Amino acid sequence: MKRKDRSDIIFRRVLAVFPLLILILVGGILFKLVTASSLSIQKFGFTFLFTRTWDPVFENFGALPFIYGTLLSSFVALLIAIPIGLGTAIFLAEYAPYGVQRVFSSLIDLLAAIPSVIYGLWGIFVLVPIMRTNVQPFLGKYLGFLPFFQGPNYGVGVLSASVILAIMIVPFIISVSREVILAVPQVYKEAAYAMGSTRWEAIQTIILSYGKPGIVGGIILALGRAIGETMAVTMIIGNNVKISASLFSPGYTLASVIANEFAEASDKLYLSSLIEIGLVLLFVSIVVNSLARLLI
Amino acid sequence: MSLPDRKRSKMDAHTISKDLMVEDHSINELIGSAFQQTRQGRFIADKIIVTCLSLCAMCVLFFLYSILWHLLSQGISSLNLEFLTHLPKPVGEDGGGMANAIVGSLILLGIAVLVGVPIGLGSGIYLSEYANQRFAQIVRFVTDVMNGIPSIVYGIFAYTVFVVPLKSFSAFSGGIALGIMMIPMITRTTESFIRMVPVHLREAGLALGTPKWRVIVDIVVPSSLGGIVTGIMVSLARVAGETAPLLFTAFGNRFWHSSLFQPIAALPLQIFSYAISPFDDWHRQAWAGALVLIMIVFIMNFSAVYFVSRQNQFITGKITNKRMRGMKN
Repeated sequence: MKRKDRSDIIFRRVLAVFPLLILILVGGILFKLVTASSLSIQKFGFTFLFTRTWDPVFENFGALPFIYGTLLSSFVALLIAIPIGLGTAIFLAEYAPYGVQRVFSSLIDLLAAIPSVIYGLWGIFVLVPIMRTNVQPFLGKYLGFLPFFQGPNYGVGVLSASVILAIMIVPFIISVSREVILAVPQVYKEAAYAMGSTRWEAIQTIILSYGKPGIVGGIILALGRAIGETMAVTMIIGNNVKISASLFSPGYTLASVIANEFAEASDKLYLSSLIEIGLVLLFVSIVVNSLARLLI
Repeated sequence: MSLPDRKRSKMDAHTISKDLMVEDHSINELIGSAFQQTRQGRFIADKIIVTCLSLCAMCVLFFLYSILWHLLSQGISSLNLEFLTHLPKPVGEDGGGMANAIVGSLILLGIAVLVGVPIGLGSGIYLSEYANQRFAQIVRFVTDVMNGIPSIVYGIFAYTVFVVPLKSFSAFSGGIALGIMMIPMITRTTESFIRMVPVHLREAGLALGTPKWRVIVDIVVPSSLGGIVTGIMVSLARVAGETAPLLFTAFGNRFWHSSLFQPIAALPLQIFSYAISPFDDWHRQAWAGALVLIMIVFIMNFSAVYFVSRQNQFITGKITNKRMRGMKN
């Protein structure tokens, strides 16, 4: 009897190592990124986040263009993805017959499973030409009075990157909001129907108000994905260190500057600045995900 | 990801009806402005909304169709035996393939499995079987955060921990970066599937005087194996296409790798560098490589679907576990 007890304790202790490893790992990632970027943190301090020069030759580094590019592209991506994603989720959960729902959700899983680099490939050879010849001239012609749709039209740029990002985060928004909508208790919906409301009225009054925290959480989660997305954006955004109001102009994001310049950063301060950008990404993702977790 | 129960209980009939009154007003404004506040008008509004919503869904389907169609049509013309069995040709020469990249990707995934599966599995079992509530919540929270950390950050981490001290890009560092990325998903799926194992199975084992760890190893894990494998396959499918963490760990290689501590080619890396290259032939090969990659990813995803359906059948009692049927004690 005694031997059995001890074997149980041993088993338990051995297993306990693994979750501890996870905690140590995440702590280690934070620690490693902070120490590796200490050079740049000491030299530039907080001004790193607000400086708009990025000059490897004179070793003057600031992350503002990348922060701007990341926020802008993610924001535009959300603008595109929220209506499409939410609309699809509502359609699937409330209108589509069960068979359609099942087929559709496995198709959406496929869309979510496509690797980022393939989105980038598709973006370069399919999306960018369409943006250059059709979409952007159209926007420039009819909405050109806005500063967002002015300037030369290369095809590669913030707008194309945002469209790719939107396609990539739509599956997240759909699957999270669909689950939230399906979790609304049937009795509440039935109550709305019993009062004579149409389906859309029921959706508006009951489902959207009941599911609001979950849906917002899903959107924040999607925002986190968009901010951290690297490959597809790197391939399409144009990689230009410039802050411009125009969505047509090439930009740069936090993740894509790391992807592009890390391997060739020979200088210590240069490398350390790039790692500090990684640290910024890490902090943002921790904040965003904690927020989303509180809401869902 | 349903709403927690406490929120649900808070939302009683009273708040719902209050919401209804407030919202009803806005509906009247919204629809009443466009239509007469008649029964017919409201139904027409409903129809219009349905049309818009289904257009959204069509839009999503169209993106998926366009991506898959281009992959197939562009990829298949360059996908041949030479592509699968040859090394890349030197710059400027047409032909050649991605054999090294395909093998390299498989090696990287192998290393990733060695890193990610034990940690993920062990943590998942511990969380569901032993951990106290507080510790489990902390670990769950940390795995959720890990899931959201951009993949390129893992690349930087592996770079500072392995590449800098060893002074070389290596397959080893890339595989570990991918393995770390697998941990959170395997942990969470393992935990949730183990929780679903029916209590009577456990109790049957315990009633026979089996120690708890034997019950876990012989009953709980085998009967949730389908679910656990699902988690592994899904996480593997996710990291199989990852490029960012490999950029400065595995680094890529135009030849066969000489050891696991040297740079190694990987399919996503090769696709990336070919896609942004100026050569038409490389573009074609990028499409072929993408087709191979997506087939690998989809096969993993489909097998995950298969395993999870088997698991569900087991939980609902439609099939039984062979190993358990044969178990004597």
